[in-house]
Amino acid sequence: MANKKTEKLIDKKGIRLDGRKLDELRPVKMEVGVLPNADGSAYLEQGKNKILVGVYGPKEAHPRHIAQQDRAVIQCRYHMAPFSVDERKSPAPSRRDVELSKVIREALEPAVFLEYYPKTSIQVYIEILQADGGTRCAGITAAALALADAGIPMRDLVVACAAGKADGKLIVDLMDTEDKVGEADVPVAFMPNLNAITLLQMDGILSVDEFENALDMAVDGCKQLYALQKEALKSKYVAVEEIEEK
Amino acid sequence: MTSSPIVVHIKKKRILELLANGKREDGREPTEYREIQLEEGVIERAEGSARVRLGKTEVIVGVKIGTGAPFSDVPDKGVLTVNAELVPLASPSFEPGPPGEDAVELARVVDRGIRESKAIDLEKLCVAPGKLVFVIFIDVYVLNHDGNLIDASTMAALAALINTKMFKYTVEEGEIVKKLGYTPLPIINYPISVTFAKIGDKLILDTGLDEEQVMDARLTMTLDKDGKICAIQKGGGSGYFTKEEILEAAKIAQEKTAELRKIVVKS
Repeated sequence: MANKKTEKLIDKKGIRLDGRKLDELRPVKMEVGVLPNADGSAYLEQGKNKILVGVYGPKEAHPRHIAQQDRAVIQCRYHMAPFSVDERKSPAPSRRDVELSKVIREALEPAVFLEYYPKTSIQVYIEILQADGGTRCAGITAAALALADAGIPMRDLVVACAAGKADGKLIVDLMDTEDKVGEADVPVAFMPNLNAITLLQMDGILSVDEFENALDMAVDGCKQLYALQKEALKSKYVAVEEIEEK
Repeated sequence: MTSSPIVVHIKKKRILELLANGKREDGREPTEYREIQLEEGVIERAEGSARVRLGKTEVIVGVKIGTGAPFSDVPDKGVLTVNAELVPLASPSFEPGPPGEDAVELARVVDRGIRESKAIDLEKLCVAPGKLVFVIFIDVYVLNHDGNLIDASTMAALAALINTKMFKYTVEEGEIVKKLGYTPLPIINYPISVTFAKIGDKLILDTGLDEEQVMDARLTMTLDKDGKICAIQKGGGSGYFTKEEILEAAKIAQEKTAELRKIVVKS
């Protein structure tokens, strides 16, 4: 992650390349119920990220040996479309995809009442149609919406946001260049009502104090996104209500 | 070793009862490691190697050095690759075949610590910028699984890197020609990981297999020689951490990694 380029990520006034302040999120758009065939679905845009999530289930676990006697299992696939990045990405799962699928699953599991549906599987398919940094976080935010849209009982929504460091300053919601050229990246997934952190990763270099501040910034970002998540869920049902009233 | 839910439930109850009094099944303190045995140079054919035993957990790491083309975005740096094998003889729960998600995660967490702390001075491993660089292959080989594979593997990988001997060479017409003698790899940082398990509301270090089966969640923190964090990974189980627990873990990690580093880095 050595910053060799002369390109500055943050100018003297503390404004980032895309015009944001240090603690400002990118513009976000969320929508639920976008896929007719899926039991639940969501579409999310965050900056140039475009992410589609479909949820199927709970249904009979397949292959059978993955079934758990006392709870449902979540099968999660994080997948990037070949055209989602500058250089074409092979559609075969990379090691990064395997790891992300695992940590995203583990970020969602604490929220879902898995014990209600023993021996079943809930499938979460996350497709990154276009990537612009922070796709694992945006994928989690969208996946939680899709799970809720599927009517699966949850303790809370899960919402995710990254914080990090670029040009020596702590920033929130890193876009691609900031992630690649910056000094550190700390993705965090959070359940706001339970005050629970369900995903935490870090790469780069941070002192313990910097890490503490970055964690706070990421959690703040999560809280802002949480309000938008709730809006997105409500707006689907408000729309239905309005049609019925007519 | 998939135990039935009822066995896990009973085990968890027992482990929680003990932890309530600050005790563990094998008599350790919550943040105490099992006996650590470290041997270097256990595989003569490898350029570097080390074996780490953490209680009954056993990991060998071998380092091989090859050559190849650099990545186009860093044309002047050597290449580092970490791979992990959960060898089937190490546990009844490991199966032959391509690496599963646990093996991939293990490799990537070990990789992240070494890469982000810049433990290897990769610029020194460039032969011809954009064309030819050295490739450092770190292969983690788990030989017996009794919990805490991440910390055992990170330690073994660092020890193997320190132990690695690189052949001397000259470049003739763009080709590498080996010379007599060896130099050590340019190692400039020493990342060490500590992995916490959360069981109930308690944090413990260096979990045995029983503890891993019942843990709610897992948190790995890798710190470099200056006490800075260079990698974090939450995983394992369907539980979560509070912010307070994470900060407590970071504090413990600072002391504990310094302690463990002394075992691996002798000079």
